[in-house]
Parts: sequence; C-alpha cells; structure tokens
Amino acid sequence: MLEMILISSAKVIAVILAVLTGCAYATYMERKVVAYMQHRIGPSYAGPYGLLQPLADAVKLAFKEDIVPDGVERITYAIAPIASFVPAMLIFAVVPFSSDFTFFGYDIPGVISDLNIGVLYVLAMTSLGIYGIVLAGWSSPSKYSLMGGIRSSAQMISYEISYGLSIVGILIIGNSLSLTDIVSQQASESWLFFGNWYIVKQPLGFLLYLVCAIAETNRAPFDLPEAESELVGGYHTEYSSMRFSMFFIAEYAYMIGVATVGTTLFLGGWNGPFLPPIVWFVIKVFMFMFFYIWLRATFPRFRYDQLMQFGWKVLFPLALLNTMGTAAWVVLFG
Amino acid sequence: MKDILKAIGNVFIKMPQGFLVTLKYFFKKPVTLDYPRKKKPMVPRYRGKHYLERYDDGTERCVCCGLCAAACPADAIYMEPEETEKGERKAKVYEINLLRCIFCGFCEEACPEEAIFLGQEYEFSADARNKFLWTKQDMLVPHPRKDNPFKRILRRVRKVYGTPEATR
Amino acid sequence: MTIDYTIFLISAAVAVFGATMMIMQRNPVASVLYLIVSLVAQAVVYVQLGAIFMGAILIVVYAGAILVLFLFVIMLLNLRANPELSAGMPTLSWFTRTAVPVLLIVELYFVIDRVMLPSAPTGMLGEVEDNFGAVHDVAIKMFTDYLYPMQLTGVLLLVAVVGAVVIARRETAEPRKTAVNPGDKAEKPSNTVAG
Repeated sequence: MLEMILISSAKVIAVILAVLTGCAYATYMERKVVAYMQHRIGPSYAGPYGLLQPLADAVKLAFKEDIVPDGVERITYAIAPIASFVPAMLIFAVVPFSSDFTFFGYDIPGVISDLNIGVLYVLAMTSLGIYGIVLAGWSSPSKYSLMGGIRSSAQMISYEISYGLSIVGILIIGNSLSLTDIVSQQASESWLFFGNWYIVKQPLGFLLYLVCAIAETNRAPFDLPEAESELVGGYHTEYSSMRFSMFFIAEYAYMIGVATVGTTLFLGGWNGPFLPPIVWFVIKVFMFMFFYIWLRATFPRFRYDQLMQFGWKVLFPLALLNTMGTAAWVVLFG
Repeated sequence: MKDILKAIGNVFIKMPQGFLVTLKYFFKKPVTLDYPRKKKPMVPRYRGKHYLERYDDGTERCVCCGLCAAACPADAIYMEPEETEKGERKAKVYEINLLRCIFCGFCEEACPEEAIFLGQEYEFSADARNKFLWTKQDMLVPHPRKDNPFKRILRRVRKVYGTPEATR
Repeated sequence: MTIDYTIFLISAAVAVFGATMMIMQRNPVASVLYLIVSLVAQAVVYVQLGAIFMGAILIVVYAGAILVLFLFVIMLLNLRANPELSAGMPTLSWFTRTAVPVLLIVELYFVIDRVMLPSAPTGMLGEVEDNFGAVHDVAIKMFTDYLYPMQLTGVLLLVAVVGAVVIARRETAEPRKTAVNPGDKAEKPSNTVAG
C-alpha cells in the first residue's frame, strides 16, 4: 500500500515537473519557430541560442510587482488564475505516457490513473478550464477583460460540442472510454506500424479534433479572447507578476494537454517501432505542438462572426456527420 | 453544393499552400542581423559621425570660415573664431548639435579646407540631451579611415566645377 | 469510520454548504461559483456510489456547459452585486414565509423516507452489481428500457429551444425601415424610431 502511494506520488511529481518544463520550453519553441517563419532569429541572448530564455522570463515575472487594480472583485480575481491552472494540470492524470515499465524491480504502469472513463474526464477538465478565463474577465474592472471573457465563454461553449463529438467516432470503433485501452487498440506488429492508428480510420475526426482543440485552447487563429491587437491582453489585461504567469503556464499546459490527448487518441499514443515508448510519445507530442505554432505563423485571426459561423455551421455538422457515418459503418460492416 | 466544393478545395489545396509558404521560410536563412554583436558593414559613402581633420604636422585644418555653418540646412553648426600666435585663424569653439543635424553632408561639400567630413559611425544614443552637443574635442579624434572615398569624389567634382568660393 | 465514509461526509457537507451559500448570495457570479462547488462535490458523491458516468456527465454538462452559459448571460448583462435587488419585491406575509419551507421540508422527508431509501442500491447502504453506473450499463438502460422517456425529454427540450427562439425573434422580425441595397424602396425615416 505504502509502496503504491510512493510510486504514484513519484509519478505525479515527475509528470508535473515534465509538464512545467515542457510549458517553459514550449514558449521558447514558439518564439523561435515563429521567428524563423517570419525571417527573424528570435531570442538569442540568454544562454547559447537563447536556451535559458524561459528561465529568464520566469525570474523576471516572479520579481515583478503584483499589481491589483482598483475596483476588482477581490475573491474571484484571486481565484481565476488558479481556476485556469489546476484543470490544465489535471488533464495529465489520465494520459498514458508510456507502456508499463520496470523500475528498480517495481512494475510501474505508464499512466498516473487508468480511469475507465478517461475520455469523459478529459472533456470535463477542458470544459472546467474556461472558468479561469471567464472569472478573470469578469472580475477585472476593464472593458477589454470583460470582452475577452465574454468572447471566450461563447467560443468555448460552441467548440466544446464539436470537440466532444470529434472523439465519439473513436469511442464507437474502440468501444471503450479508457485512454489506456484506446492506446493498446492502436498497437500494430506489422511493418506498417501506423496502420492501426485512429488517424487512419478517423481522418475527418482527427481534423475536427485538431481544429476544435486549437479553438478550445484559445490559440491563433482562434485567439479572440486575448486578441492583442484589439483587446490589449483580453482576459489577463489586468493581471501582473505571478498571477499573469499562471495564466501563461495554464495556456501552454492546455496546449500540451490537448496535444498529449490528441496523440493518445489519434496518433497511437506511445506505440511505435524501435524507439522506447516514451520517446515516441514525446516525438508525437512535439509534432503536435509544432503544428500548433506553424498554424499560428500561417493564418490570421478569425473575425468573431466568422468564428461562430465556422463553429456552428461547419464543424458541428461535420462532427455529427462523422459520428453518424462511423456508427453506420460499424453497424453495417463492423 | 458549389460552396461545399469550394470549401473542400480550400481545405485541401489553399490551406496546404499557405502552410508550405511558412514552412519554406522556416528553412531559409533569417534576414535579421544579430545586431549589437554583429554589425552591418556600411556603404562607403555612408554619412555618419562628423570628424575634423588635421594637417600632417598636427595643426587643425579648420580655419573657422563659417561656410559649413552657412551651408547647414538644419542650422546645427555653431563656431567662434580665434587667432593663433602665428596669426592664423582657427576655431575656438566648434559645436555640432546632433539633435539638429540631418547628416546631409552639405558641410563636407562646403568646406574649402577639406577639414570636416562624415565618418561611418551611426550609434549616437545617449542618456542626456547635452551629450548630443559635440565639441571640437569630440570631433578632432583620429578617424579610423585614412582614405575617404567621398573626399576623392569631392576633389574630382571641384576640379571640374571649382571650389565653393570660386563659384560664389 | 472508513476512508469512504469520511470522503462522503466531506463531499456531502461541501455540497450542502455550496447549495446554501448559492441562494444566500447577492452577487450573481458568486452564486454561480457556489453552485459549481456544490456540483463538483455532488460529482464526488456520485463517483463514490459507483455512478461514475453520472459524476462525469454532471461536470461536463452542468459545470462545463450550462453554468458557463449562466456566467455568459450574467457577464453580457453585466450584473454586479446589487444590495437593492429585493427592494422592489412584494413582501410575503409571515404565513407564506413559514408555510412554504415547512411544506418543502416535510415533502423532502417523505421523498427520502418512502421513495428513495427502501430501494436504494447504493455503495453506502448495500453492495451493487459490477459495472453499476458504468457507461455501458447506463447506455443499455437508456436506449432500451427508457428509450421512450429519453426521446420525449429530447422533444421537450427542442420545443423549449424553439419557444425561446420565437420569443427572442419577435421584436426584430419587423420589416426593415431603411434601404440597404441600391434600388430598395425605403420608408420615410421617422423621428420616433429608436436605434
């Protein structure tokens, strides 16, 4: 019993550390990649190739003065960063990052908690993440923040439906809500190692997941809640210092979260030949993140009405179509 | 139906095209210069910081004739003359206000003694307004370049059209 | 006193506390927040009872979608804490003020005592079969035994949505007053038209 608790705690700490480091270097990667795509060189002063830039940013943010503007709703203002940070970190509790492995004689499962409703849990956590943004927007005494919060809530409600429906195809085929089951279903012994990945069976579902995940995490081109060219900083305009950095970390943790979930659901999780499972997992998540940044560097921001039209008139019907098509396929041929 | 086909075309043709554009630039060499560490070589005729030149024996070329101040469109040059022991004119005060100077190089063209010319330096930032007032001491320093291409061109021009005094 | 029982006591207390605080707040956003607290605690209770699906759905649908909509509306109307919220309300007589709560409490007692307790197959009170409340079993029940009520509920919700749309659209359904496209015949602008 004690051993179990110790192993679990060690895994939790390791995953949290990995995710936080991942968040820090996701900012670095984003700045570098976007810079190169725009013919610039990006951060290059802190450390070799600017590799210590995330550390410098963290120190800078930590030493900044924590300014609480006049007229904020104090309690909600204080809760908001935490409310956005905690669900983001909770996503990782059910993501299988490796196959089961042996460590100093102990058999350790490669997931913190193999929940048998893992997919629902992920959906619940992503939908709870909106509260941080909405509360931040509402508690700040600023028009920009309020606009950001309102936009965010409308956007996330609209895209959450398609986000959930895009996964349903997999659930119908795989007949399980556990992420560990879904990963093991995608294993393949043949030379065509990606033949069983759900991206092959559910290409439309994957595209929908990709788009909705980006909208759910408020990333460009769906970054209306924090559109800096029109809303200053959106919901986090009035935040500074560590509170701001919590929003920042939460945003990147969400990105990594949906990237890991997308990897698990569509790209075969840790399955892959030759390399150890954890390496495959990291490679796939990295590719996901690179796509995110690539997308940001490529497309301009949606206008608000375009965003809503796209969500309700394109993604939602397509998600329904995908679900019904998959169901019909399973009934007729499965 | 037409709209749907167009949308599908956009997703599968236009959007990948857009992605390819950014990916192409990702692998190109950035045009940004790593500025404070690497500096861009300036073109030979770049007009930067002013220098006052000396003769080989060390006396100043400037005789404080005031032609440069007269030629200056920005009115940036101020000078007061004095006389040396040998009875020659020289500048007691020679100031250029960098906040006014537009680096047009007219002073260089006007100078009959070839005493002033503009060098290559362009980093003038300072933290106080009075540091932008350059005096003789600032400009009489030995300049890094022996041969100023602008001077060569100027000499050739003057051979054809005469010196400023002659044309006046 | 097992761990299960302790967790149940804590989450039940939090759920009741959240629900009570929710109706005692003047600030609408605080109300919504307390409701979320209550819902999350309820989800914990559901999960403890073995109804994992119910717990997850409670968070996904209620906390994740419906309460966000509440917040959205509150923010859109920009309702702040209003101490004079009850100023314009008619004061109830002492009889109503006591009779309604008493009636509710009595009703609640009978519901719990007569209806729920004797047949409750819960984790706390008795053992349940495996997979009780898991997705598969819930789905089987929902789409076989309870298919008809399910569909009826769906129709009911649809009717409500259509009604809401009709009510919301009625004001703006009047013909346009001004010409938009060249060639349109415009009515003479009237001075009384607002907006």
